[in-house]
Amino acid sequence: MNASSDLFTVFAGIFGLLAVFSLIGAGLKWRISPGAPHAVIDNLNARIKAWWAMIALIGAAIWLGKGGVIALFAFISFQCLREFISLTHTRIGDHRALLWSFFVFLPAQYILIGIDWYGLFSILIPVYAFLLLPISASLGADTTRFLERAAKVQWGLMICVYCLSHVPALLTLDIDGYAGRNMLLIVFLVLTVQSSDVFQYVWGKLIGKRKVSPAISPSKTVEGLVGGVLTSTAVGAALWWITPFTALEAALIALVINVMGFFGGFVLSAIKRDRGVKDWGSMIEGHGGMLDRVDSISFSAPIFFHIVRYWWVA
Amino acid sequence: MPLDRLLGSLLCGFARLLTGVRALWLGCEPAPRTRVYFANHRSHGDFVLIWASLPPALRHRTRPVAGADYWLTTPLRRFLIERVFNGVCIDRRPERHGPNPVEQMGAALAAGESLILFPEGTRNMGDGLLPFKSGLHHLARAHPEAELVPVWIENLGRVMPKGSLIPVPLLCTLSFGPPLAPVEGESRDAFLTRARAALLDLAPPAD
Repeated sequence: MNASSDLFTVFAGIFGLLAVFSLIGAGLKWRISPGAPHAVIDNLNARIKAWWAMIALIGAAIWLGKGGVIALFAFISFQCLREFISLTHTRIGDHRALLWSFFVFLPAQYILIGIDWYGLFSILIPVYAFLLLPISASLGADTTRFLERAAKVQWGLMICVYCLSHVPALLTLDIDGYAGRNMLLIVFLVLTVQSSDVFQYVWGKLIGKRKVSPAISPSKTVEGLVGGVLTSTAVGAALWWITPFTALEAALIALVINVMGFFGGFVLSAIKRDRGVKDWGSMIEGHGGMLDRVDSISFSAPIFFHIVRYWWVA
Repeated sequence: MPLDRLLGSLLCGFARLLTGVRALWLGCEPAPRTRVYFANHRSHGDFVLIWASLPPALRHRTRPVAGADYWLTTPLRRFLIERVFNGVCIDRRPERHGPNPVEQMGAALAAGESLILFPEGTRNMGDGLLPFKSGLHHLARAHPEAELVPVWIENLGRVMPKGSLIPVPLLCTLSFGPPLAPVEGESRDAFLTRARAALLDLAPPAD
């Protein structure tokens, strides 16, 4: 089968599932609290509604091709970096460093994917931004909590730009016998990791009892974690036919990226708790901010990228 | 639509796009009452953001109080503050000869309009809040019918700090607190301390 008919099949499947979920959500609303607000069910329905929009957006970007996907993730990075820096404390002396981050390093990172310059793509932020941003901040002549501020800006760029940019970078990999099908790698990554988030939520709501760490996240439970990661590992294995992997390889890779994705959400929760907030923002109805939605992708994308690059790129 | 109205809407739209501003009405609702919104002041964009977060019907009856020494010095600024933002320009200098600022502000309140006031009196380049000037107190005494609503503006000082030309697109939040309750026979200093504390209560925890 060719790539576009596989994409069509996968998206048809997702939209079909969403339709089922929407019906279940409407049914729950009708059975349990018709006409009256119900925190859990209303949030569930808001989440499902937002999923329609998010899947449609990703579908549209993929339909537009490489440029569309790069533009979509550049926008996601921009919104995440906005949310991240908005919540972390920087000072007036960091203004220039922030301008560089938003208007130079962020676009440059995605342009490098567009022109397929892997060497600079892989070191632009860890090396050049890492050295140039503190120089720029030091010219602001404010030494108050200098190391902390420099670390925050660098961290924001790593999580929101560098890590996320590895998703569209999957399009630049040359895999033997897989030419023209790289879009499906993105579908595999995003679908597996996001379904893990969904199944962790579902299992947690259904049978969740023991909290993983109440200090960091009041909603993450052991039952949700195990059930979610295992279920979406099965989802990953079931998607082996769209990847260059065997079913077993797909399952193992799905397990790795699901565990990384879980810890992505966990680490970013720790930052949110420290700042005394529940969500990074309010952009996506029911989900919170953009960063709340993609924290798991941010942590899993670079690992997935390197697994594929190391073992599958000739 | 006349040019000044159109320009006002465009500026509000731009401010919303740049800052993704979110208004949290924590202690009151956006209602058509006579109000003095008093806020922390870090940036010239502060009142534009408050203005942009109000429903259009209220926006046109809400006037920013602005320093004449800054806003009336060039024709463009004068046009913006007088025509677009419909501001009340006051002379902040103690040795002024013109009209009394408290009376100017009071006239707007008496006409049923609301005000946006920055009681620190100037843009604050540091953290927290500067001590309040006494204008808010005089206004409260002369116009007990006006509600005094504290508004904490978070992040705008970082979007465009004093002296920078290019804004950083951070997200801003406006927290509208509960109106100050009147206290019988309160001294000026006690009132200003209470008002300042009410505003600081809306600020996120410092780290």
